[in-house]
Amino acid sequence: MTMISDRQQLAYIASQAADARVNVELETEGMTLNIGPQHPATHGTLRIIARLDGEQVLWAEPSCGYMHRGYEKLTEVRTFPQVTALVNRIDWLGSFANEVPFILAAEQLMEIEAPPRAQHIRTILFELSRIANVSLFLGDLGVQLGAITPVFFAFRDREYVLNLIEGATGGRFHPNFDRIGGLKDDLPAGWIDETRAVMKKMRKFCDEIENLLFGNEIFESRTRGIGVIPRDVALQYGMSGANLRASGVDWDLRRDQSLPMAWDKVDWKVWTHNDGDSYARCWVRLQETRESTYIVERLLDTLPSGPVMTKVPRIIKVPEGEAWISTENPLGEMGYYVVSKGDLGPFRVKIRSASFNNISIVPWLLKGVYVPDIITILASLYFILGDIDR
Amino acid sequence: MYALLSSIPYWGETLLRLLGGAVAVLLPAGTIVYLFLFKMMSFMQSRLGPMEAGPYGSMQLFAEVGKWLQKEDLLPERADSFVFKIAPLIVLASTFLLVAVVPFGPDAWFTNFETGVFYALAVSSISVLGILMAGWSSANKYSLLGGLRAAGQLIAYELPMILAVVGVVIQAGSMNLQNIVVAQNAGSIFGFDGLGNPYLLTQFVGFVIFMIAVQAELTQTPFDMPIAESELVSGYMTEYSGFRFLMFFIGEFATAGVFAFIASVLFLGGWGVPFSWFGWTGIDDVDNWMNIGGPLIMLTKMLGLVFIIMWVRFSYPRFREDQLQRFAWKFLIPVSLVNIMATSVLKVAF
Repeated sequence: MTMISDRQQLAYIASQAADARVNVELETEGMTLNIGPQHPATHGTLRIIARLDGEQVLWAEPSCGYMHRGYEKLTEVRTFPQVTALVNRIDWLGSFANEVPFILAAEQLMEIEAPPRAQHIRTILFELSRIANVSLFLGDLGVQLGAITPVFFAFRDREYVLNLIEGATGGRFHPNFDRIGGLKDDLPAGWIDETRAVMKKMRKFCDEIENLLFGNEIFESRTRGIGVIPRDVALQYGMSGANLRASGVDWDLRRDQSLPMAWDKVDWKVWTHNDGDSYARCWVRLQETRESTYIVERLLDTLPSGPVMTKVPRIIKVPEGEAWISTENPLGEMGYYVVSKGDLGPFRVKIRSASFNNISIVPWLLKGVYVPDIITILASLYFILGDIDR
Repeated sequence: MYALLSSIPYWGETLLRLLGGAVAVLLPAGTIVYLFLFKMMSFMQSRLGPMEAGPYGSMQLFAEVGKWLQKEDLLPERADSFVFKIAPLIVLASTFLLVAVVPFGPDAWFTNFETGVFYALAVSSISVLGILMAGWSSANKYSLLGGLRAAGQLIAYELPMILAVVGVVIQAGSMNLQNIVVAQNAGSIFGFDGLGNPYLLTQFVGFVIFMIAVQAELTQTPFDMPIAESELVSGYMTEYSGFRFLMFFIGEFATAGVFAFIASVLFLGGWGVPFSWFGWTGIDDVDNWMNIGGPLIMLTKMLGLVFIIMWVRFSYPRFREDQLQRFAWKFLIPVSLVNIMATSVLKVAF
């Protein structure tokens, strides 16, 4: 059963009425607007085909595939350790988080587990890439709504996090640091203190964004009640991540499944919001960024000592079998279905990326909204094109 | 000015006026772009802005102009070429027409006519025409949406602007901008004439409404839906490049400067200092040095007002088109009507 908010229903009726009126009196035709593939609001190459009546959208449809890079196929001609170099380009803002589920799936097939220290560091880096990813969202949100300043703050403070990731892994965007059975290296000296300092900075950044955007009346009037996704609809469309939690579904894979990761070792909170509108989605992401900084700090407090790599053969052959692992990535649920035939490389990998499912709701959501709201809604759904097209 | 001008022929006088007009439009525009768009915005966004061209990047604007002049003048295939080409000129022309009535000193003005306020408000809406022409003739859907948004928005915000100015006109008892300046500087607040009587104090509501309307008229954030770079790419300017884009660009900031001039004339006492400081009683007593000092005072006040406009521009998100209309018709216009009523009652009472 589909719950439609009053606003959407009214907008839909108004659009129908406008359509009828226009057709009877003036015989004017609507306008088809192609938003994208090259458009400042789609940060990538998403194309939205929108049928407009004036400024109101009659129907809209996302058309994706302009950036398809064929990663699922490419993995079949790589060995298992090589695949991480590919997959961390899927969601290029939170790249380390892309490696983790694949490595976990491979480890599950090989029936090994990373040592506790490696699990901790993996989780820390996972959360750092979440912070790096979502902090950019928080800045970009302003740009999409016309405020140009927050994005510079976001880029400024995100740099600290990227420096941390670079310090630990050697790569700012594409760490390629996760290995089957552990990590490539241990943390460098001084990294932990540095991380604590940066986490304080990121919390300050969150406060700054909260004051600059979330406390602003114009921002509220632009986002509250815009693009409401009721709980049932969100579940039906297979949404995940902050988009789902903003619709009031208390669902977080970090907490809800037991993986060989360190999230269950520390206390933290899953943030939800009941409104399901654009404001709620942005708000949940803001809170999650802040929560992530606490997770990182607490994980640093409980960081165990020991090796960061278990014993694995020099040439990794993954035994025959199938495995499905998904994690709560910055954009939502990201999973890998790995089929191995006992070779050096996977036989088939199916990638479930969050953005692809998250934007599948766009045709439903954009019906009856105004053109500026298209941008608000797309911004608040938060997709990365690499994550849609893979 | 007449003493100076009486000895030169009419064509020379005209030439001087044109030169003065160009300076009065382009100098504020350049100052605003460098000071606010390049530098203040950068500092607010924790970056340095242009630093290479000239000391602290002060020559950056010349480099930019040089770049724009070299660019190809693109014309969309299906554009209405005559309208497309003339649109930026019309936008810029309205700025030049607007500056014609601004008084910069006791004798430093281009024209001084009795219905200056009326004229200023009338010519300021010519730019809408240019924007609408640009939006329609570009043969681009984004441009069309931007142009129509601009038309709807500027019409909605003309009215609060006019109504806000009516309060000043009632209080000054004149529509001549020069007389409004004199009335403010020669005036007194309950017998205290050390400050004159800037209408900022008595017409504060009008001032706020006027500045909001100016913000909308200039299509600066939070009212920049006609441009809305994240939605409509660049709105009505999408298809423009090179010199024609430059004209839009200059027009945008020159109009900001000129509107700030007009706001400072209407609300901040214009070119004058309180006349009581020097014992002047009317415009005929004002010393000649004010013809030099006046423009400088105006420039200072203009920069102060543009600072506010730009500050808002850099820190606010943008409204949606219908929210903007609602804001204009349901809030600004009623408030300005109440303001007019209160002003007229108080004018009669005192």
